[in-house]
Amino acid sequence: MTEGLLTTTYIAASILFILALGGLSNQETARRGNIYGIIGMAIALIATIAGAQVTSYGVVVVCMLIGAVAGIIVAARVQMTAMPELVAILHSFVGLAAVLVGFANYLDTGKHFAGAEKVIHEVEIYLGVLIGAVTFTGSVIAFGKLSGRIGSKPLTLPARHWLNMGLGIICVWLGFVFVGAENANVGLIALTIMTFIAFAYGVHMVMAIGGADMPVVISMLNSYSGWAAAATGFMLSNDLLIVTGALVGSSGAILSYIMCRAMNRQFLAVIGGGFGTGGENTAGVEGVEQGDVVAISAEDTSQLLKDSKSVVIVPGYGMAVAQAQHSVFEITKKLREKGINVRFAIHPVAGRMPGHMNVLLAEARVPYDIVLEMDEINEDLPDTDVVMVIGANDIVNPSAQTDPASPIAGMPVLEVWKAKTVVVMKRSMATGYAGVQNPLFFEENTRMLFGDAKASADSISGSI
Amino acid sequence: MKIGIPKEIHAGEKRVAATPETSRWIKKLGFSVVIEAGAGVAASYVDNAYREKGVEVLDDARELWAGSDIILKVRAPEFHPALGVHETELLRKGGHLFSFVWPGQNKELMEKLAARKATVIAMDCVPRISRAQKLDVLSSMANIAGYRAVIEAANHFGRFFTGQVTAAGKVLPAKILVIGAGVAGLAAVGAAGSMGAIVRSFDTRPEVKEQVESMGAEFLVLDFEEDGAGTGGYAKEMSPEFIKAEMELFARQAMEVDIIITTALIPGKPSPKLITTGMVESMQEGSVIVDLAAEQGGNCALTEPGKIVTRHGVTIVGYTDLPSRMATQSSQLYGTNLRNLLTDMCGEKDGRLTVDMDDEVIRGATVIKEGKITWPPPVPKLQATPPPKEKLATAAPPLVQEQLEKRSLGWKIPVLMAVGALLLYGIGSVAPPAFLAHLTVFMLACFVGYMVVWNVTPALHTPLMSVTNAISGIIIIGALIEVSSSDKLVLGLAAFSILIASVNVFGGFFVSQRMLRMFRK
Repeated sequence: MTEGLLTTTYIAASILFILALGGLSNQETARRGNIYGIIGMAIALIATIAGAQVTSYGVVVVCMLIGAVAGIIVAARVQMTAMPELVAILHSFVGLAAVLVGFANYLDTGKHFAGAEKVIHEVEIYLGVLIGAVTFTGSVIAFGKLSGRIGSKPLTLPARHWLNMGLGIICVWLGFVFVGAENANVGLIALTIMTFIAFAYGVHMVMAIGGADMPVVISMLNSYSGWAAAATGFMLSNDLLIVTGALVGSSGAILSYIMCRAMNRQFLAVIGGGFGTGGENTAGVEGVEQGDVVAISAEDTSQLLKDSKSVVIVPGYGMAVAQAQHSVFEITKKLREKGINVRFAIHPVAGRMPGHMNVLLAEARVPYDIVLEMDEINEDLPDTDVVMVIGANDIVNPSAQTDPASPIAGMPVLEVWKAKTVVVMKRSMATGYAGVQNPLFFEENTRMLFGDAKASADSISGSI
Repeated sequence: MKIGIPKEIHAGEKRVAATPETSRWIKKLGFSVVIEAGAGVAASYVDNAYREKGVEVLDDARELWAGSDIILKVRAPEFHPALGVHETELLRKGGHLFSFVWPGQNKELMEKLAARKATVIAMDCVPRISRAQKLDVLSSMANIAGYRAVIEAANHFGRFFTGQVTAAGKVLPAKILVIGAGVAGLAAVGAAGSMGAIVRSFDTRPEVKEQVESMGAEFLVLDFEEDGAGTGGYAKEMSPEFIKAEMELFARQAMEVDIIITTALIPGKPSPKLITTGMVESMQEGSVIVDLAAEQGGNCALTEPGKIVTRHGVTIVGYTDLPSRMATQSSQLYGTNLRNLLTDMCGEKDGRLTVDMDDEVIRGATVIKEGKITWPPPVPKLQATPPPKEKLATAAPPLVQEQLEKRSLGWKIPVLMAVGALLLYGIGSVAPPAFLAHLTVFMLACFVGYMVVWNVTPALHTPLMSVTNAISGIIIIGALIEVSSSDKLVLGLAAFSILIASVNVFGGFFVSQRMLRMFRK
């Protein structure tokens, strides 16, 4: 395949990738979008393999086969509740691949550059490896936190900001050493040391971030994996990698921004970490009478639901943990058969990654036209008879609006307390990830249904 | 301990302090229960119904009073006509009494009870806070009174409530004004509304507007700023200017409406006179006024407590015993309130009563403790509704933020542009053209990504991430380019990269497809 043909297939692949992202703008076209992505990827791979640069077909085929089989097996088996973990670990692969490709490119003696081109090329290698390394360990830690292998509490080392800054300065200095290196060995040592520093930085960065901020971290790592690909593209002078990396990078950046806005937090404050330390930030509730909580049984809840005209269900991470989405949809179906208007209200940061709840509800086959976003449903809540909050806490906390001293003050929340009755399904009276007590539980129109979300949902559904 | 329930002796009182059902619950707490023969008959609870629940029935009132540690009553103790002795004299020395007491109006009674070294829980003094709602007899009785007021009004109002268009002509709906939107007022609004009348309501506390409107009535608004919310869920007395504006509103309304139900009470004070003789005169012939405040003197100038009178062609109902007129249910609700209170005061379920003066609710309700008058209690700390300052707090911050953002953006944009221009100049002057071509592609791709991704619906954020993740597996191309190197180390690194990147490509697309297949209408 000629150079010219290769370039034109890359253009086609780029366009298909853009169409893939565009297709995701709504549910009807989303699947088509994914297929565009697959086609784009397929022609890019075929063109590259058919191109002049690839000759060792045996290695390529074996490696790709192993990778493909492993990937498809994992993807076919994964529970929808475990999507955040899967996405995190896949990000780490991109990061690691970027590191390895960077090293391979540096070690590859086949190409020669001089002057400004050499400097630029080496800066590109350096950046590609740096971003890739941070993405790799950051994603691995994120995976550990999301799958519960590592505690989700933030690790707050003393003087951690100084530590980060120190690591950053060392990386910059090593970069000068690397670019100015007279022979390849000095350069390789500098690159290797920097890689390990970047690994350490990635670990530290994600360790310092609390469970509640995971949606931001996941989208940030998504963005990083894109930038790593783009840097690799610069390194290899490959426009397809640059375009794709830039698309992914900006997509992740926008998602991070949307998540931060949904939590009313500054991006840097999230990355700085230390939020969600449980128990540290309880000052905001003092001076307010907590009052009693009123418990309710599953039978009474189902009676309440049957007697209502409109019901809104607010799912949170607790529903994902308990895998209660199917039972919740059972309830929904039964109520809808009785002519009751049931809708779902999704907060942007509910769950552990952007859109997590939507995926779970979709898995349970909840029709997506009854799944509404926060802004769409907030004004309907005062006319709602019953709101069922399932395993959510901070996203329905009225103190975000009423208590300026609260750590979550100003965060947009679902105003469920305006409904006639709120049933909160919860395991215990523990606080949410933000460590803030929730005055909602003590409201007069709130009823608490304690217990595992799935067990409770099953018994509600059983008695409807 | 033994709990005694005597027959109510107040003329016309039909309620009883415990029903067979609540007696059963009280017995579960470990108390033994004895009731005077015939105590529940007026409320349709016969003696045998009590016996079935294991309640002892005694004929002799004197014996019952003497033998009980705790007496449950509805009305405050008064002179017993049949026995010729005041009920306080019957109460055992050091005994407990649960009943309505109205300590503010009944100084003499309080002293008599204190002299008996009694402990008196006044059901009318239970603090009106959220936690004590299940004990709140004023609410449960007011609810009944409000409903009954509408029924009485309908009874004396010789017309339909609902409007009808019939073959024989059109019938106009009745217009009803409910003054005071407390529990009784809201109950009246609801009852009248469900019978088809046009209901309007007025209250000095603007925050009840929503409640009134939620019951389907119109809330009348004064063109005057003053918040009438007092402590404990009651309204406070208003300024003279406010009252003047209010009276003008009532005068206008009196000419229009057919029925007025007044429920305005200020605790510990005679009820305000809201409907003057003039207003009654201005009402249409056949109109009805039901005055729920009759016992405290009435909201209408012409009300005669306990009676129905017709003045200037308007029927004025001044019944003071509306809950008693629905004795079965009011006994049931009152009895349940009592049972809840006993449950709270007998935490161990061992049939022993503890009067915990540290508990805000019990402290408020206990007006005499072992002969010592403990009324009035310290002022309760909380208002029934949260103070309105919260609204301010929610409205203010976004505004401030917006202003800050605007201000800071003002100087940021030119600075950013200048930095960007310098950066481009710097790169342009040293970088080789090949790099610049790539940079062009990179910048454009960033913007395309930016534009495209903003359109993605939040519901699809997870699929978006898994798709972009799969696409970022494009890094496999980099590995493919390197894999054919003659250097074994490079080959190994590249081969491993191909492996893990393919996991990404295939796994990412596969799981996205699986996920997207689930989204359906």
